[in-house]
Amino acid sequence: MQVELGHYLVLAGALFTIGIFGIFLNRKNVIIILMSVELILLAVNINFVAFSAYGNDMFGQIFALFILTVAAAEAAIGLAILVVFFRSKGSINVEDINSMKG
Amino acid sequence: MVAGIFFYIFAIFLIASAIMVISARNPVYAVFFLILGFFNATGLFILLGAEFLAMILLMVYVGAVMVLFLFVVMMIDIDFKELSKGFLQYAPIGTLVGVILLAEIIMVVGGYVYDAETVRSAAVPIPDVNTVSNLEAFGLLLYGEYVFFIELAGLILLVALIGAVVLTLKTGSKALRQDIATQVARTPATAIEMVSVKSGQAFSTNDTIKMNKRD
Repeated sequence: MQVELGHYLVLAGALFTIGIFGIFLNRKNVIIILMSVELILLAVNINFVAFSAYGNDMFGQIFALFILTVAAAEAAIGLAILVVFFRSKGSINVEDINSMKG
Repeated sequence: MVAGIFFYIFAIFLIASAIMVISARNPVYAVFFLILGFFNATGLFILLGAEFLAMILLMVYVGAVMVLFLFVVMMIDIDFKELSKGFLQYAPIGTLVGVILLAEIIMVVGGYVYDAETVRSAAVPIPDVNTVSNLEAFGLLLYGEYVFFIELAGLILLVALIGAVVLTLKTGSKALRQDIATQVARTPATAIEMVSVKSGQAFSTNDTIKMNKRD
């Protein structure tokens, strides 16, 4: 049972797809959508680390660290916006976020 | 052999918990399943030899980001059942997009041929683990060749920190302050409310919330 690069790539692809599917499935709940985005970023990170390990290149891991940084910043800002929105509207339904009529 | 078994254990748990994240009706459960998923991803990272990233994933994601999610989920008072109405309304189109996407990814991955030349032309070859540990290699790169990148990452985190505080800080009349005069002026007549609880029924917490809001 030798683990090849392809195993990790298929795993990351499946995880990415589940993240996309989660955004479709929970179209109303912003919190689950944010968590789906976290899943997608995790899939990308797994890809980077797998390529780093099998390609014997350290830069993949360095880049994964920066993705992690951006993901953490995105989660913090996203949740802050969510809290502010909940305070003003009393709801986190995505369908209520239409006051700009965009 | 052992690595293969552990890979499949971690992969199956990761996929299963990811499916539970998107299908759980209660967001608190979704957060906990996401934490389980990150634990399994940590295992995969260790299998790949990226120990430092694995520990960072545990500390930053499970320790900070997921706890933040948990705080927000528990802090905002929402009827999540109402939000999950029409849960399966978008399932068909979502399944369609998901299946197409997965098929495309697998086609790309399946047709992938790994050129031995790319291994030899690595930008930064991973040093031998027996002489230079993963953490040491990471540090040498981050504070050496890629020092501007880590400063940029620090700047991004600073912007996120200040942004989150600025967004959620209540200022002016909306800020919650202690009003000593009002507190001292309270009398038993205004402070106590008699509630008749029906026999065999619990006192609803909604009533207390209403009373607090009225004050």
